[in-house]
Amino acid sequence: MNLATAIQARDADALPGRRDEDWRWTDIRGLIRTVPEPSAPLAPAAAGAGPFAGLATHTVLIGNGHGEAAIEIADDQVVALDVVSQGDGSHAASVWINVPAGANATLLESYRGQGSYLAHTALSIRLGEGARLERIVLADEDAEGVAVSQAEVDLAAKSEFVQTTLAGGARRQRLETRVRHPGGHAQLRLDGVYLLAGKRHADLTTAVTHAAVDGLTDQLTKGVVRDQARGVFQGRIVVAEGADHTEAKMGHHALILSDKAEVDAKPELEIYADDVSCAHGNTVGALDEEALFYIRQRGVPEAEARALLTTAFVGEVIERIAHEGAREIAREWAAERLKG
Amino acid sequence: MLKIQDLHAAVAGKAILKGLSLEVPKGEVHAIMGPNGAGKSTLSYVLTGREGYEVPQGSAVLDGEDLLALEPNARAARGVFLSFQYPLEIPGVPALTFIRTALNAQRKARGEPEVTAPQFLKLVREKSAALKIDFEMLKRGLNVGFSGGEKKRMEILQMAVLEPRLLILDETDSGLDIDALRIVSEGVNAMRSPERSMLVITHYQRLLDYIKPDRVHVLSAGRIVASGGPELALELEREGYDRYARAA
Repeated sequence: MNLATAIQARDADALPGRRDEDWRWTDIRGLIRTVPEPSAPLAPAAAGAGPFAGLATHTVLIGNGHGEAAIEIADDQVVALDVVSQGDGSHAASVWINVPAGANATLLESYRGQGSYLAHTALSIRLGEGARLERIVLADEDAEGVAVSQAEVDLAAKSEFVQTTLAGGARRQRLETRVRHPGGHAQLRLDGVYLLAGKRHADLTTAVTHAAVDGLTDQLTKGVVRDQARGVFQGRIVVAEGADHTEAKMGHHALILSDKAEVDAKPELEIYADDVSCAHGNTVGALDEEALFYIRQRGVPEAEARALLTTAFVGEVIERIAHEGAREIAREWAAERLKG
Repeated sequence: MLKIQDLHAAVAGKAILKGLSLEVPKGEVHAIMGPNGAGKSTLSYVLTGREGYEVPQGSAVLDGEDLLALEPNARAARGVFLSFQYPLEIPGVPALTFIRTALNAQRKARGEPEVTAPQFLKLVREKSAALKIDFEMLKRGLNVGFSGGEKKRMEILQMAVLEPRLLILDETDSGLDIDALRIVSEGVNAMRSPERSMLVITHYQRLLDYIKPDRVHVLSAGRIVASGGPELALELEREGYDRYARAA
């Protein structure tokens, strides 16, 4: 059930699938009978420019699994990590990212591809004491691609990690973030947006473990699915014994715009500590028809009125992005997907 | 002018309007009064094209154009405006953005150029000041967290910016205290014009002390059962709707 190992060994039986509790809505094993041949290396020139190219002080390209594996992000740096998949092969990459103590940095991560590839990216992100990292993930895979990204994030005391994941789906797409939260005034914001059409599938899975006192987690994910698309949200927050005074908030809200679209959500809070403040909210519904009529009565055509409502719905998440340039790109990305 | 003839309407197979006929000439204000369940709100929704209302018979024509054949947004672009009894909250869409989107959509549908941002801001500042609306409020999500009075003033502001030809006020006085009622009424009266027709739908006579109608019609059981001058409203206030309920 380890995707990287399965790709390296070309062992389809080792792919994660519905029998794994954590993968029951994103069944890779049931989808792929044979792990494809390893992908050919990708020349940087063939990759083209990523969506964040103009915003970064430093750009790292991972092309078909090959590229710089260890990245140190210094204070004030904006690093673009551009993960590109091309062709119908399979590939896996591992990336280590370190933000030293006290540094304030930005990671603009993008996924894009062309073909019916099988891709895996493992990230290991470490924040030193008092460090701050904003990570924005824009994942625009091919409709035929299968892509999984798994990030392990380790926070030191007093560090701050804020993340926004923007998922456009793929044949199967999973963006997973696991955060070990040391408490001790460390802060975490974990946001997500998925906008899916056609037969696309996106899975946003997060797991946060609060290990000690005085930690803060704020999580908000919103999705809009239409056609026969499927969105999956799995969010788990564990507050371990002794992690007193933890504050954790989790929200997941989705709009389903057609009868054949589907959203599966599993929010979980496991609390073993005392004196904690934890809350979660989960709603899945249709667009408000009364609001739609109200907007149309003011002269706005139906498609535009729908776009206005859905854009406002996900806007709440996008407006929380601190990096101004990335926020603008996120807005454009959402507008493009939600236009009538 | 608005001309409604023998209008029938049903919701989920249940007949609500049963042959309603009415004419509102340009420049006139007509009040529709009636007991609960008479079909007052149904009339406003049928005229504006809300889904779920079947119209098996009858017509509604504005300046020679068949309204019932048009989409709700096309009716709005031709000048039909409904002030909602319960205005909707639209989180995440600032009132300013909302009103500008509506204005430009209507202008586009009429083949007119869009308003520029400076023109629009000037217009809204002027109109909102007259309605005593704090400009900062227009930067917040439309109607989100607004009081009943603020929501109604926001309706009148939209009306003042969009400049409709036919204005339908659905129970505009509901939920208003006397100060808010005065501000809202002044806003409506400022819109009176020889080019504009108004339909004021209300259960109570109180609103008509502030917005003086040219004609008053009594709607009961889906039909206009009596019409008269402003004195008819006072009579209804004194004697109630019982007499007309029987007549229907």
